Formats: sequence, structure tokens, C-alpha cells
Amino acid sequence: MTAAFDFGSLVTHGKDGACRFEAAVDGMTCAACIGEIEQGLADLPGLDHARVNYADRRLALEWRDARFDLAAAFERLRRMGYTLHPFELAESERAEIETSRWLLRCLAIAGFAAMNIMLLSVGVWVGEGGGDIDPATRDLFHGVSALIALPAAAFAGQPFFKSAFAALRAGRLNMDVPISLGVLLALAMSVYETLTHAEHAYFDSATMLLSFLLLGRFLDHAMRRKTRAVAANLAALRAPLACRLSPDGGETLAPLAKIAPGDIVLVRPGERLPVDGVVATGASQLDESLVTGETRRRAVAAGAQVYAGSLNYDGALTIRVEAANGATLLDDIERLLEKATNARSRYVRLADRVSRLYAPMVHLAALVTALFWMWRGASLHDALITAICVLIITCPCALALAVPAVQVVASGALFRAGVLLNSADAIERLAEADTIVFDKTGTLTAPEPRVVNAAEIDAKVMDIAARLARASSHPLARAVAQQRPHAAALEAREDHGLGVAAMVEGVEARLGAARFCGLERQAAEFGAFDAEVSLVAFRHGDATALFKVRQTLRSDAVETIAELKARGFAIEILSGDRVEAVERVAAALRVEQWSGGLKPAEKVARLDALRAEGRKVLMVGDGLNDAPALASAHVSISPIDATQITQAAADAVFLGERLAPVVTTLDLARKSRALMRENLALSVIYNVFAVPLAMAGWLTPLIAAAAMSGSSILVTLNALRAGRAPTAKADPHAAAPPPPSLYGRGEPPELEAAE
Amino acid sequence: MTVLLFLIPLALLLGLGALAAFLWSLKSGQFEDLDGAAHRVLMDDDVEKDK
Repeated sequence: MTAAFDFGSLVTHGKDGACRFEAAVDGMTCAACIGEIEQGLADLPGLDHARVNYADRRLALEWRDARFDLAAAFERLRRMGYTLHPFELAESERAEIETSRWLLRCLAIAGFAAMNIMLLSVGVWVGEGGGDIDPATRDLFHGVSALIALPAAAFAGQPFFKSAFAALRAGRLNMDVPISLGVLLALAMSVYETLTHAEHAYFDSATMLLSFLLLGRFLDHAMRRKTRAVAANLAALRAPLACRLSPDGGETLAPLAKIAPGDIVLVRPGERLPVDGVVATGASQLDESLVTGETRRRAVAAGAQVYAGSLNYDGALTIRVEAANGATLLDDIERLLEKATNARSRYVRLADRVSRLYAPMVHLAALVTALFWMWRGASLHDALITAICVLIITCPCALALAVPAVQVVASGALFRAGVLLNSADAIERLAEADTIVFDKTGTLTAPEPRVVNAAEIDAKVMDIAARLARASSHPLARAVAQQRPHAAALEAREDHGLGVAAMVEGVEARLGAARFCGLERQAAEFGAFDAEVSLVAFRHGDATALFKVRQTLRSDAVETIAELKARGFAIEILSGDRVEAVERVAAALRVEQWSGGLKPAEKVARLDALRAEGRKVLMVGDGLNDAPALASAHVSISPIDATQITQAAADAVFLGERLAPVVTTLDLARKSRALMRENLALSVIYNVFAVPLAMAGWLTPLIAAAAMSGSSILVTLNALRAGRAPTAKADPHAAAPPPPSLYGRGEPPELEAAE
Repeated sequence: MTVLLFLIPLALLLGLGALAAFLWSLKSGQFEDLDGAAHRVLMDDDVEKDK
């Protein structure tokens, strides 16, 4: 594309005058690319710094010099085979990065304190009870411990203190309240003990507690941050840059956020519409299947209302962008979306549900212990010590690690299987699903139309046709080009609205409309075909061919549905497409429950009805029209071809051309939930044994610390088992995350063939 | 036992040094890209090619 890019809006200016620009890099496949990109850019004039972030697949550029030309950098990378997709770091992601750094800092400090204090404590424990440590040395050790522990706890305990304080102020109890109480009481008591030259202090327990809890919290955060970063990249990859026309006819490419109502944007054939609006000039056919679910193309001309996400087939359109606060389809959908998202945020996570029960019980146990010992005649001091022991031994170390550790491992396994999680509690909700509702268009069927009669066409004809098709941007031509993915494009001239032509071996080859190739009669013989099939004609001398192009099922849709049924899921299809089209798909997949011609609100209504029956629905869908349904279902998955709004609404997205990741995800989610429960059970069992001992006052600090670490290590090791993805039915394509490509592999089954 | 008066501060100083180094590396963004760092070690970009 030759239009200049409107970079200014995406460059951030640092305090020191440096300009910074971040972009997601498409095409980075291996570690060698890091060096290639960085060195490829190194000698650009004016550039200070080019650094690739391999984990996030991003590139950061920094410069001060006005000579630096960002467009040149883009161009150079494009020639090397990489595409840059500029994006703005969302405020939420920036905050996420900050928080995870903060947690890591706290963790480092708590870990440092815990280790050093433990060193001193071990000295005290070994020396006590007939050992050779004298009281003065013990006091010295306790004093040094206090000097380390107090500032460290003051800093590293902040995440818990803040949250506990907020909860108390709101009149609630959360997990952080007993943690904070335990830590603060233990510290206060230890200081008192140190001052009165007592034998025991509990600085080690307090700091150990903090470091284990911070570890759990950091893991929890790291998982969400990673998936969010990848999701943001994918959004950037798919972010449609709009081509804005200025009044004098100049074209600038601008990110969508910078397009205002009233602007004129240009959409070429083969591009998706980036905005809602009214056609100003031009005429074309639009595939609105992503928006409405309807697969038949709609002819539009000046004055027609068009929606973002539609695919432009034939002609270039200029569109006047509509007011964003009008009654556009997007606004309607967003309103529904908001309502649905609010409804779902009431879901309570497994760990939270447990801690809701757990926190009051811990306080009660500690209180009862203290009262019991005072009633038995113990001093206030001794009673308090035992109570602190209870608070520490019940410390939800294992509990705090149990769920996040499994989440991290499971999300890693899912990532390798090509599935990205969007929300932290998605795993738990996925595991609960018992009913699966599929959208048809773009979900059960492949998002782009395909050639379905490829087997009947001569190989040589196909070669030439595919190379010709490569030269065209028409969506139907793309389907033909896909038959020979590695063919080079021919030097062709495009005849607008008719087709492309090029000289091959001295004879003109043509690809396009039937009349363009003189095949009207043959095309008419195909006559009785249904509305969903489009024909692409080809002529090269005497060799002719007609390509049948239509929506096809995803290559493994039949097997996937059968497997889901075998696992006992109820399957249903809800589609916005015409009833006949849905009926055919449902029959091919042997799904009894289906309905077609639904509007977004009707889909939501159906999901609500299912919920009222007590079902937990997993919604699998893409498209704008599905966004509210995705958000209102119990849990949702979206294929990566979906438009951005859907990605934001779905709990998980999967990559690639196959539907199998849905099965993998469900299997892994169920396994993970089982592991989470196992872990929670383990920590409860640990407490059942440890708490009575602590209440009886039999525990020495050494045993308490060892038991605490032991339980934490146990649940972490158990969580690692989630990493072994269920491979029984895994397919080779799902093993490695395929690049988000529009073109899949293998031959898709034709709808009729599957009947 | 007077040796403790030297050893304890020494141990703490070493630990603090390590902590400071970690916090510095965290602040300078060295934990942003752990996957890339693993691969960068293997790159020969500091070896001069034409001698």
C-alpha cells in the first residue's frame, strides 16, 4: 500500500525528549529473528535503539534525531519479511505491568528477609535446649532479625495490608485479613519477646509467610499479563487501519481510534470495512456474514448503510463515517455487551469461595484458642502466642498457591495448544460447562469461502488459475489462490468488476466472471445451484474451468462435534444466517438442536432460557452479532478470525483453521479444575492436622515453618501436572501454535459430501 | 563469639548487594523478555565478522 501512514498519533514522547514507538511484529518465528531485525535496523540514520521483545513478539524503537524516518523502518522490515502492526499500550495493560513489577519487588524483599532471618533462626533453634547458645547471643540474633523483618514486612506486606484494609473498611472479611493480622501480630509479639529476652521469636514465620503468598500472587499476575500481552498483539494484528481520504484527495493510513465521525474512508476490494457509515461513492457487494450471520452477499451503492466487519467484494467504496453515538449496530451491540458482562462479573472464583469460608474460620480458631488457654489459667502472653501460632500455621500459603499455580501451568499448556485465555477464571467456568452453543458462520464454517470442486480440475489449469488469482484482491480469487499457497503471482492486469488477465505461454489467460471468459453457457448449466455457491470462471486458450466457491465446514468440524457429544455435552447451533443454510450444516454435523435467522438479542434470549434451565453454556462464536451472546454465556471461546470486539468479549480465543482446540480446552479445563480442587483439599487436610497441634501449643517454630513450606511445595508440584496436556486425541496441527493465518491446511469437506 | 559481630553484617551486606542488583535489573527492564534473553546468549553479534 502506498498511502502514507499517520504515525504521529502513535509515537510517545518521553521526558528526556526521546521518541518511542511500539509495534507488534508479524512473521517472527524463531530466535534468530531477534538478531536479524535488530541488526537490520541498526544502521538506520537517527535510530538510537531497536529492541525486540521475543516473549511478547514486539519491537520497541527509540530515537531523538528528527532525521529518523519511521516509514523507512517499516519498509525495511517489510522487505525482510516482517510486518509491523503499531499499537497503543492499553491503560489496563500498562497498569498490569506496573503491578507485576511491584509484586516482584515485594517478593524479592520478602525473600531476602526470610532467608537471612531463617539463617539466624536456625542458629537459635540448633543452639537451644541444652545447646551452647547463650542468652546474650540469642537476644542479638533476635534483635538482628527484628531489624531485618520490620522494614521488610512494612514494604513487602503492602499488597496484603492494602487489600485487607479495603475489605475491613467495606465491612467484609477476605483472605488478606487473617494474613495481615497474623503477620502484624507475629511481628508485634516477636518484638515484645525480643525485648523481654524470651526464648522464641516469630520473625522467620512472618517473613516466610509473606514470601510464599507473594509468590502465589505474582504467579497469578504473570499468567494474566502474558495472555493479555498476546491478546493485545493479536488485536493489533487484526486492527484494521483505516485509509482516510483528505478533501484534497490525499490518502493517509490511520489507526481506527483516530478516525472521527464525518471522515471519509476508502475501502478497496478485498478489504474489511473498518467503520460503520454510509457509502458516499462507489458500488460493490458486501459479505456481511461476520456482522449479521447472513452469508448471501448484499449489493450496496451510494447512500447504503454499511457496518464494520463486512468484507468488500467488487468495487472500491468511499464511506462517510457515522456519528459514533448514533443508533448504529455497533452501539446496540456494545450496550448488550455491557449488560451481559456486568451480569457475569458476579461469578465467584473457586479460591474466593473457599477463602470466604476460610477466613472467618481461621479467626474463630485463633480466638477460641486464646480464650481456651486463658480459661485454663494460662497468662495472656502465652494464650496470645498460641493464637498466633494458629494464625501462622493456618496461613493460607498452600491455599494461596493452590489455584494460581494450576492456572499458570494450565494456561501455558493451552498456549502451546494454540488457545489463549482472556480471563483468569475462564478455566473454572470452562470446566463447569455442560452445554455448547455454536455459531455457524465463521465458527463451524471456515471464515473465508473456498473452492469445493478442486478435485475435478486439471492440475495445470489450477496452477495457472492460482497464479492469476494471486494478482487479484477479490475475495473469491483468494479462495482460488489458496489452492496453490506457494505459487508466485503473475503480472496481470485487472479489469474492474470482471476479472484478471495475463499472458501465459503466449496465450492470454483469464480469470473472473463467466462472461469475462465466455463461459456463460456452462455457468448457466450449473444453473440450479443454490445461492451460496459463487462461480469463478477460467479460460486459457481452449482450457476452461469453473470454480465453485462457497462456505465450507471447518476441516475437523464433524469429528469435533462427535467428540464433544461423546463427552456428554449437549450441542446447539444458533445462527443469524438463513434457516435453510443452518439446517444443512446442522444435518451435516448431526446436531438436532438448531435455530437460524436469529438477531443478536434473540441469541441472548435463548442463552438466558438455557441458563434458566440450570445449564452452564459454553458459547463458541465469532462475529459482531455474537459478541453479546459470547458475553452473556457462562463462558465463551472465539476463533482468532473473529473481529476485535468479539475477542474482547470472549474468555478464550483459539488460533488456526481447526475446531479441535475447543475439545483440548475443555479437557484441560476439567483436568485443571480437578487439580485445583485436589490442591485445595491438600491444604485443607494439612490444616486439619496442623491446626489441632497448634491449638494444643505443641508446635515449635521450626516444625511450623517446615510444615508451612512443605505444604506449599506439595501443591506447587501437584500443579505442574496440569502442564501435561491431554494428548490422547491431540492432532499434530494443534501441537504448535500456527500463525494466525487466514488460510488453513488440508482439504475441507464439502457440506453435501458430509451428509 | 566476637566473630559473629563481623560475620552477620558481612552476610547481610552480601545479601543486600544481591537484592540491590535484582531490584536494579528489575527496574531496568531485564525481566520483561525472559524468552528472548535465553536466546540472545547464543547470538554472535559481538563477534567481528571481517578480519
